[in-house]
Amino acid sequence: MPFDFSHESFRQARHERNQLFTVRPEFVEGLIPSFSNNPILIRILLTDMKSSLAKVCFKLILLVLLYVPGMGSAEDTAAPSDFAIAISKLATASMQEREAAVQQLISLKAPRTLPILQGLLDGQLYKLREGDKLVLAKQQDTGFSLVDAASGDDLGIKESTDIQKIPLNNSLRARLRKSLGNLQLNSTETAIRIEAVKAIAKVLDEESLQLLRDRLAIEQETIVQDQIRLVLALEQLNSTTKSPRIDAINLLKNHPTQEVVNRLNTLVEKDDEGNYLETDSDVRNKAKTALAAINSKISLYSGIETLFFGLSLGAVLVLSAIGLAITFGVMGVINMAHGELMMLGAYTTYVMQQLMPNQLGAAVLLSIPAAFVISALTGIGIERGIIRFLYGRPLETLLATFGVSLVLQQTVRSIFSPLNRSVATPEFMSGAWQINDFLALTWNRFYILIFCLLVFALLLQILQRTRLGLEVRAVAQNRNMAKAMGIPTDWVDAMTFGLGSGIAGVAGVALSQITNVGPNLGQSYIVDSFMVVVFGGVGNLWGTLLAGFSLGIANKLLEPAAGAVLAKILVLVFIILFIQKRPRGLFPQKGRAAEN
Amino acid sequence: MKKLLKKVSHLAAAVALATSALGAGQAQAEDTIKVGVLHSLSGTMAISETTLKDTMLMMIDEQNKKGGLLGKKLEAVVVDPASNWPLFAEKARELLTKDKVAAVFGCWTSVSRKSVLPVFEELNGLLFYPVQYEGEESSKNVFYTGAAPNQQAIPAVDYLMNDLKVKRWVLAGTDYVYPRTTNKILEAYLKAKGVSKKDIMINYTPFGHSDWQSIVADIKKFGSTGKKTAVVSTINGDANVPFYKELGNQGVKAEEIPVVAFSVGEEELSGIDTKPLVGHLAAWNYFMSEDSTKNAAFIKQWQDFIKNPKRVTNDPMEAHYIGFNMWVKAVEKAGSTDPAKVQEAIIGVEVPNLTGGVAKMLPNHHISKPVLIGEIQDDGQFTTVWQTNKVVDGDAWSDFLPESKPIIADWTAPISCGNYNTKTKKCSGQN
Repeated sequence: MPFDFSHESFRQARHERNQLFTVRPEFVEGLIPSFSNNPILIRILLTDMKSSLAKVCFKLILLVLLYVPGMGSAEDTAAPSDFAIAISKLATASMQEREAAVQQLISLKAPRTLPILQGLLDGQLYKLREGDKLVLAKQQDTGFSLVDAASGDDLGIKESTDIQKIPLNNSLRARLRKSLGNLQLNSTETAIRIEAVKAIAKVLDEESLQLLRDRLAIEQETIVQDQIRLVLALEQLNSTTKSPRIDAINLLKNHPTQEVVNRLNTLVEKDDEGNYLETDSDVRNKAKTALAAINSKISLYSGIETLFFGLSLGAVLVLSAIGLAITFGVMGVINMAHGELMMLGAYTTYVMQQLMPNQLGAAVLLSIPAAFVISALTGIGIERGIIRFLYGRPLETLLATFGVSLVLQQTVRSIFSPLNRSVATPEFMSGAWQINDFLALTWNRFYILIFCLLVFALLLQILQRTRLGLEVRAVAQNRNMAKAMGIPTDWVDAMTFGLGSGIAGVAGVALSQITNVGPNLGQSYIVDSFMVVVFGGVGNLWGTLLAGFSLGIANKLLEPAAGAVLAKILVLVFIILFIQKRPRGLFPQKGRAAEN
Repeated sequence: MKKLLKKVSHLAAAVALATSALGAGQAQAEDTIKVGVLHSLSGTMAISETTLKDTMLMMIDEQNKKGGLLGKKLEAVVVDPASNWPLFAEKARELLTKDKVAAVFGCWTSVSRKSVLPVFEELNGLLFYPVQYEGEESSKNVFYTGAAPNQQAIPAVDYLMNDLKVKRWVLAGTDYVYPRTTNKILEAYLKAKGVSKKDIMINYTPFGHSDWQSIVADIKKFGSTGKKTAVVSTINGDANVPFYKELGNQGVKAEEIPVVAFSVGEEELSGIDTKPLVGHLAAWNYFMSEDSTKNAAFIKQWQDFIKNPKRVTNDPMEAHYIGFNMWVKAVEKAGSTDPAKVQEAIIGVEVPNLTGGVAKMLPNHHISKPVLIGEIQDDGQFTTVWQTNKVVDGDAWSDFLPESKPIIADWTAPISCGNYNTKTKKCSGQN
């Protein structure tokens, strides 16, 4: 570190200089922030120069006052105006010129480069509609809080109509990511440095290799050092002598990433005539054994991945079927409107998000009780209004509830339009849990799996431990006997149906996170739900759970080999055959209750 | 059982609608020109087709404000085929025989078009079909104002290949006629360009597929070999939302594995949280974000008509805009709404499109269109990143399938055939 230039001493210098030349304060926009280990970079933005004499004197003084090693003086004088030009180009130019402007900003290495480029990549770089001033904007409750991109000054809060976003395309985005990776290599945060090294590893070229070597020389943290060594080992494989290559393979073997696998694969490739491209047999054999070791790990990971996919598909099936397991399984009502009750739950999530646009996560959580109440009330309404007149007449119940499902669909269509509604995924549910390069579990599926198990456990508790549960089971076993014992069967019917419907609503909240929220949402799940309940054994919640998960896993095991369409057909065929053999499903009810 | 019930209910709805339409028709004065609008207003396709019905009502309304056509007012006859393919044929027959409409604007899915085709040919009606489709068809009675494969799929693949240097290809689609035919053409095209079979992965999923975990994981694996990979998606409508959600969650970035879609437009994006999709691509012939005075006026007119300043416009709407204006011009040129005269007059008619160019009706009943490729932005709009420098003529029969290579469509004399084999010099009756 040559010498530290504190904010205080800079202000002092500026103050003295201002007194000397009586220039206006906005004459100089001083910029201090630095990239940690680099020499402090100081750039002066000259916005308005009236007197050329003052300009010359000013520059002389500046050179004396502010000269810091590591910066060319010629570049220094050119930089401010270049910076201003690049900034204005970024705001107004076409997409091609914008790329050039970004390039220029990067090569200038101005202190504001990093925040501007980061803002551009994150979609926070806007320009004012009046005057094309470049600003960084963050959405607030009341509007957008703006910061002048060039200077970092706070510009207060503006309406969204006052600003216009700077658009990006993919090639620019890729370039930004790479440049930011290069810049972030010198971040003070260890985690950011590691991420930067990983990002660079994906797009290795001579320039970035040099950056990594430079960084390795001054890097203190061993984790970052190791990470850099791994990336450099990839390069080391290109060496002309044998021993560094063998060393590199040995190192890489224990840290498998996708890049390592790809690189090692090139070492064991054959050309069209069946000869190895790699001439050195020792290196080749070493690479082969390394690959074999890595591949066995990868196949283990992909096994875990498939299992997770199956479980999460199963969780969705269980969630959508478990409400039905109560209404159909316990009460014996074929409720074709079950899917529409899920749809109501999904729309509840949408409405909650509309009501709380700034707390999407909380809105989703609050939707769970709200959806339960709304779907349960609708369910009770259906039961009291229609189904109770049709007990013991399954065909009529089926027709009537099918009618109800159409009515509900059309109602939603009239209120919310036939178009799908967009339900945002809250931050904590998006993205994936990246365990390593070959295994990542998506958060939304993960939460839904846990949610499914929670709902199941809760429902089981209700049925096993509460008075309502006891009465429900009693009515399910023998209605007349229950009535004789003083159980209000009418009330129990309504409550049971409400419970099943409410669970459907809760399932709808979960579905809103993974699929379309539209009037047809329910239709796509109703058949699957019945399938799960019938397969699991009517009237048995554990059967539903097991059936849902096993169908999910079976589907996912078949899918890679058979394709999505055929996998579904195979599962259906299997269920049909299974029902032939065991008409009462996986867990048939036993005892006298089953005879009815 | 459910299917049967559905059919019964559709039939009931159809009867009810038919009687009401009949009643309305009789009440109208005699000196109007009737225009049929055949779009599903209920069922799975309502999501896309309702917008087109409204577009037609707006266009007809505007034409009436200009003084109508041939001195007569235009009258829209709207029917609802309820996303039920056989019902499309019944409704088409009703429009042509009972309502005696001069032209019909309608259909979305290829299967609905195939369903009405024999009716239009038998009764010599006119159908304007506004959606991109798989080609391999040219009927005397149908005008295809959407894109043929060479106006959407082929240029998009060229862009990926030349500009993004894509080496490995995933062709993902919904399992029905349009994706299957398009992918067949694309596969043949890619192979002709020297792409080997192991670099092409083809995947079909059912309608409304919602569990994309393994497929996206497969795509990720397929794209991790170090060679640049892209997904060409003919996934239809609803299934796109969970597909893109899964892409976002599994961290498939547009810079690494871009997805270019042929069925995802502004309307579909308005139902999705677009943040994870930023940078993915779509190929169309029109984007709402196109900067032209005609487009600005059209968007304003649409939002005023629908009374919602946030409603978006999309490509099939532009196709109806072009198709309707072409029909109006052809009727004026022929001085009559007689289908035979209009069929003759419309060939060669030129009308402005919304992107600042001119669309021309070609002898094969397809039109010329510019091809645009746009990247999805986080406001649900597209930024055009590439476009053809001039309009591309729609080609009915693909040059990349060996069986349709020698076939052309030309509805002008002396060929007057939709399926003319240039080798055998014979016209096959099949369209």
